[in-house]
Amino acid sequence: MIQVKLKVFRFNPEDSQQKPHFDEFTVEADPRDKVLDLLHRVKWERDGTLAFRRSCAHGICGSCAMKINGANMLACEANLKNFKDPTRITVEPLQSLPILKDLVVDLTDFFKKYEIVKPYLINRTPPPSRERLQSPDQRQLIDESTWCIQCASCTTSCPSNWKNPNFLGPAALLKSYRYTFDSRDEGAAERLQVIDNNDGVWRCHTIFNCVEACPKEINITWHISELKKKLVSREY
Amino acid sequence: MIIKHDVIIVGAGLAGLRAALEASRNYDVAVLSKIFPTRSHSGAAQGGIAASLGNVEEDHIDWHFFDTVKGSDYLGDQDAIEYLVNDAHPAIYELEHMGVPFSRTPDGKINQRKFGGHTRNYGEAPVLRACFAADRTGHMILHTLYDQCIKNNVRFYPEFYMTDLIVKDNIARGLIAYDMTGGQMVTFHAKAIMFGTGGYGRAFKITSNAHANTGDGLGVVLRAGLALEDLEFVQFHPTGVYRYGILVSEGARGEGAYLLNNAGERFMQRYAPKLMELAPRDLTSRSIQTEIDEGRGINGESYVYLDLRHLGEAKITERLPEIRSFCRKIIGIDPVKEPIPIQPTAHYSMGGIPVTVDAEVLADGKSQKVEGFYAAGECSCVSVHGANRLGTNSLLEAVVFGRRAGKSIVKFLTARGTEKPDLPTDQVEAAMNRIEKIKTNQGNEKVGKLRRELQETMMAKVGVFRDEKSLKEALEKVKELEKRFEGVQIDDKGWKFNTDLTEALELDNLLHFAELIVSGALNRLESRGAQYRRDYPKRDDENWLKHTIAIKKDGKIIFDYKPVVITKFPPKERKY
Repeated sequence: MIQVKLKVFRFNPEDSQQKPHFDEFTVEADPRDKVLDLLHRVKWERDGTLAFRRSCAHGICGSCAMKINGANMLACEANLKNFKDPTRITVEPLQSLPILKDLVVDLTDFFKKYEIVKPYLINRTPPPSRERLQSPDQRQLIDESTWCIQCASCTTSCPSNWKNPNFLGPAALLKSYRYTFDSRDEGAAERLQVIDNNDGVWRCHTIFNCVEACPKEINITWHISELKKKLVSREY
Repeated sequence: MIIKHDVIIVGAGLAGLRAALEASRNYDVAVLSKIFPTRSHSGAAQGGIAASLGNVEEDHIDWHFFDTVKGSDYLGDQDAIEYLVNDAHPAIYELEHMGVPFSRTPDGKINQRKFGGHTRNYGEAPVLRACFAADRTGHMILHTLYDQCIKNNVRFYPEFYMTDLIVKDNIARGLIAYDMTGGQMVTFHAKAIMFGTGGYGRAFKITSNAHANTGDGLGVVLRAGLALEDLEFVQFHPTGVYRYGILVSEGARGEGAYLLNNAGERFMQRYAPKLMELAPRDLTSRSIQTEIDEGRGINGESYVYLDLRHLGEAKITERLPEIRSFCRKIIGIDPVKEPIPIQPTAHYSMGGIPVTVDAEVLADGKSQKVEGFYAAGECSCVSVHGANRLGTNSLLEAVVFGRRAGKSIVKFLTARGTEKPDLPTDQVEAAMNRIEKIKTNQGNEKVGKLRRELQETMMAKVGVFRDEKSLKEALEKVKELEKRFEGVQIDDKGWKFNTDLTEALELDNLLHFAELIVSGALNRLESRGAQYRRDYPKRDDENWLKHTIAIKKDGKIIFDYKPVVITKFPPKERKY
């Protein structure tokens, strides 16, 4: 067992006397523990007022993205032994979104941008009575983009997004790729129109922060570049 | 605040979203969820969704029908199962047309893999029946359905925690919910209400389920004075990661993974010589637990190995990438190089809210419908799974019966209009008072501690193997915890994003129906499917070929029963 000094960002919207600050908890931990385990220990044994989101606890629901020792990651996957110094852990909410309470950010804007990119298959040809055919290669073209869990790690790590909050951001653009490059989709023209502007793909300056932040290891910047290439080639 | 919609659906997993999609073609539909829709636990389903499409090899609807009946240990209602296996075809083609990115065969069709208990020719050998998208099948369907709901302008209320259902004179009228981000209590008023609120794995210490899976719908229904069915049947998935409980899909064994004991023996040959690792879950979990109990766990500990190594890196990367990823990240082993330590993990509730094949909720579990109230998916009991569910039949049930629920709601609203029934203010007040009481209660008890005691008790005494002594001890403990809950004091007195409050409300629900799980198991003097009684090791069709119905009245549980619907396959001895 090790002693971890866990610094946690605190903000209570209902207490006007108290400014945003950090609380420090010394928590007993197994080196195999995740940061989520530590947060649970604090919440369940020390301070029930601590607020954070979590659900599946194995990296598929996307609830527990937060900034841990300066980098965005899922708390449920943040293994203590992977930190240079596992005895000092600092946890903050995702950057650039309004903070609702402690580690909980307001995701309204994040999901609104998602809705803007027409995140659904557009196909006006009546479907066959069975499945539409799609070759394994066509399926492979969209594979990586379908891994996204909407955790918001990418968009909130993007400097272009920090500077310009109107930027649709990597998560929404990745979704645009996911349907635009689906061989069954017929909606490329109307979907690409939404992102062909300064708040869309052209605001991406290939900084690659999103790639570094993505817990599903998706090369988001590559996907955005493919959208840009499609737009300049006008082959849609 | 009162919010009105034609249809209000609680739960944004596969059942809720599929129903929302169906009903939103004609009516104004709102979906409430205590987490964001895409966080729903349907998204954690890995291996597949069953349909006898025959894309890779010969398969028939009738074979799927038989396997599901046999898998249910003959407790499944065969009229409902017939809908399940027949509707599977259109339901899955529709998902494909919506854009679900299924894995494909070389000729471009939906690919299919083997899964436990799914066989060719009535039990001969495993068959390729599970349609899949690598090991992210639930994730892909969940996100696609959410996307379609956006297209259809379904109104979402994310992070609204439902606390109570308002029913009077057998008519569903509305809901009370806690708006977590808004920091207020809200009343919802509707003509039709549907629950797709999922399961309750978090009643157990080792579970594959998310923290959100606290069976809130069941607690709410019980509090409203309605019945629950077959709660004693809890599925333990054979392969949960040791100590963590995280699911390693049966799809791994479908692709050829082995189960090994401390002697390196594929021990399933002693339990299910024909299907081996692809025997149904109840049997496989008991086999693993027996190996562990008899000292053949690895290093004498409480786990055995799931070995994928012989599948090779290419196949693991193509077919089981998500499993490899979380094994490396969370437990720090690479299944390409090392076997995965596993143990049975609480996974799925076969029982739930009793419904008709059209997803209409039955107040007494038998014939009395609650007007305007529907349920589908894991929270419901229709009952297609009987005493034991086959893998890949849960996603199928959620989609097929979510779809049926949506159609049923449309039919109801078309016939009866959308004018909403009166909301009884006394019930609304009583529901609000309960929240206020939990919020301001003084006492020495803590939610985290009570929940841990519940989870440990349920795991140790109401697990894979049960007997009278263990169940009686568990029942006593659950009753003690229910009493102690009255002394719970929470730290957070605020209204904004108060998860201290929601966790207390979740525990209240868990305790409420855990008593039914334990009493049901104690009451049923036989072994069938997932309910295994060491003191009654045989199935007893003469006395127990029937569903348990339970109602809580003045704090007391009243049991009732209803016959199993048998249309085609009469009960036989179950061997694999």
